[in-house]
Amino acid sequence: MLRDITIGQYYPADSVIHKLDPRTKLMATMVYILSLFLFRSLAGFAAVTLGLFLVILLSKVPFGYMVKGLKAIVVILLITVIFNLFLTPGEPLISFWKLRITEEGLKNAGFMAVRLIYLILGSSILTLTTTPNQLTDGLEKSLRPLNKIHVPVHEIAMMMSIALRFIPILIEETDKIMKAQLARGADFESGNLVKKAKAMVPLLVPLFISAFRRANDLALAMEARCYHGGDGRTKMKPLKYKGIDGIAYLLVGGYFAAVILLRRFL
Amino acid sequence: MSIILDKVNYVYSEKTAYEIQALKNINLKIDDGEFIGVIGHTGSGKSTLIQHLNGLIKASSGGIYYNGQDIYDSDYKLKELRGKVGLVFQYPEHQLFEATVFADVCFGPRNRGFSRKDSELKAFAALRSVGLSEDFWYRSPFELSGGQKRRAAIAGVLAMEPEALVLDEPTAGLDPKGRDEILDLVAKLHRERQMTVILVSHSMEDVAKYVQRLIVMNRGSILYDGTPGEVFAHYRELEEVGLAAPQVTYLMHELRKRGIPAAGTATTLDEAKQSILQAFSAKHGSVQR
Ligand SMILES: Nc1ncnc2c1ncn2[C@@H]1O[C@H](COP(=O)(O)OP(=O)(O)OP(=O)(O)O)[C@@H](O)[C@H]1O
Ligand SMILES: [Mg+2]
Repeated sequence: MLRDITIGQYYPADSVIHKLDPRTKLMATMVYILSLFLFRSLAGFAAVTLGLFLVILLSKVPFGYMVKGLKAIVVILLITVIFNLFLTPGEPLISFWKLRITEEGLKNAGFMAVRLIYLILGSSILTLTTTPNQLTDGLEKSLRPLNKIHVPVHEIAMMMSIALRFIPILIEETDKIMKAQLARGADFESGNLVKKAKAMVPLLVPLFISAFRRANDLALAMEARCYHGGDGRTKMKPLKYKGIDGIAYLLVGGYFAAVILLRRFL
Repeated sequence: MSIILDKVNYVYSEKTAYEIQALKNINLKIDDGEFIGVIGHTGSGKSTLIQHLNGLIKASSGGIYYNGQDIYDSDYKLKELRGKVGLVFQYPEHQLFEATVFADVCFGPRNRGFSRKDSELKAFAALRSVGLSEDFWYRSPFELSGGQKRRAAIAGVLAMEPEALVLDEPTAGLDPKGRDEILDLVAKLHRERQMTVILVSHSMEDVAKYVQRLIVMNRGSILYDGTPGEVFAHYRELEEVGLAAPQVTYLMHELRKRGIPAAGTATTLDEAKQSILQAFSAKHGSVQR
C-alpha cells in the first residue's frame, strides 16, 4: 500500500556515477543547475542536453524512473508555460480574442519548460544514485568550513540523516497500523471530510505513540554508546576522493567552460 | 465456512528495483473448525499469506474464495469479510488507541455496524473470554502490562465475533506463563465454539501441542501440509530450511536408534510418554507407573 511511495528513492545499480564521491556529485549538480540558467541559444541548449543524457546513460538508472519525478511538477510546468506564452510582450504570431502569442513568448515558454524539466531530471540523478547517508555525509563534509562561524554542521547533518532514516520506518509503521485497524473493520475511504478526519484517529494515535517511543529509544541507544556530538568523532567509512572523482571534476569543468563559451559566442 | 486459495502469487513493490516475490503458487483449502498451525523461517511469507485471508492484501495473481464466493469480485464486501475472518497481527497491542480498554474493544463491533448496546455486550463477552480482570477494563490501554495489552487487543478482534480467527505469532515477546495462557485461550475458543483457528508460530513445541494440521512455508511456497506427526517425520528436511522438530521427536529417534521401538511420530510430551510406556510394557510385561 503506502510502501509503494518512493522517498529518497535511491536506485541501486553498479555504475560510475554511483561510485563517485557524494561531494563530487553535489558540486556537479550545482554547476549543472547554474548552467541551466546560463544558456540562451539552441547551441547552449544542445550542450546541456548532451551533458545531461550522457550522465543519465552512465548512471544505468532506467529513464522511466527519472520521468516519474516529473509528475510532481506538471502543474507548475503548465502555469509557467501558459504565463510565458501569453504574457510576454513582442511581435504577435497568433492572436485571438484578447490573447496573443508572441514569438518571444513562444521562445521563453519553451526554454522555461526545458529548464524546469532538466532541473528535475538532473537533481533526481543525484538522489537516485546516492544513498541518503552518503548525501548527508557529503553535505556535512562540504559545509564543514561553516563550523568556524558556529553553524552546528554536524548536528544538522545528523538530524537530517535520522529524519531520512525514519521516513521509511514511519511509512512501514503507518502501513502496519492501518492494516491492523482495517482488520477491525475501520474504513479510511468512504464518508465526507469530517468522517474521514475522524477515521484517522485510530491511525494517528498509535502512530504518534510509536514515533515518540522510537525517538526515545534511539536517544537512549545513542547515549548508551557515548554519542557526544561531532567533536573528535571519526567515521567508519570516511569520504575519500578517488581517481574517477578527479576525472569527473575535469569533465564538469570542461562542461561549464563550454556552456559559458557558447553563451558568449553563439 | 471454508477458505480456498487458488494459485495465489504475491509480489511486493512490483515493477521496482526492490521487487520481492513473497508468495509463490499457493494452493490451500481451509475447512470449517480446523486448527491450523503455520511455521516457517523468518521471511518465508507467513504474514503475507495470512493477510490474504481477509483481503488486506490483494494477490498479484490467483483467486481466493470464502464460502465459495470470490473475494476479489468487484461487488464483494471486503469489510464484511474482515469481520468474519478476525486477524490478530503480530504485536497487536500497538494498535490500541482509545481512552479506555473497553472503548477500544468496542471499536471492531461498532465498525461492523452493531448498535452501541450490542457492541458493548460483545465487548463484555470478549473481555471476559480473554480473562482480563475487570479492574483494567476502564483504564487507559497504555497503563497495562505487555501481556494484558495483548489480551485486550485479542479481545478487540474477538468482539467482532469472527467465524475464523487468524493469529500472527500471538506469543512473541511474552513470558512462558503468558504464552501458555494465550495459547490455552485460543485452544479453548477452538474447542468450545468450534472456531476455525490459524496460528502462526515460531515454536515447534507450541504447534505440536495444539494444532491438528501443520503448514510449513519455505521461501514463499508450501513445503509440507499435514498432521504434526507427518510433518515432523521430515525433521531432516526441516533442518535444511532452518527449522527443527520438537525436542521429543529427536528423543524418539535416538531411542529407536538404540533399539527401543518407540513410535517415531510422537511430537508432544504426552504422546512420547505413552509410546515409551507401551514399548516397555511390550518388552517387560506390565510396568508400574
Ligand atoms: N511491506 C513489505 N514490503 C516489501 N517487502 C515485504 C513487505 N513485507 C514483507 N516483505 C518481504 O516479503 C517476504 C515475506 O515476508 P513475511 O513478512 O510474510 O515473512 P514472515 O514469514 O511473516 O516472517 P517473520 O517470521 O519474520 O514474521 C520477506 O522477504 C519480506 O522481506
Ligand atoms: Mg511475520
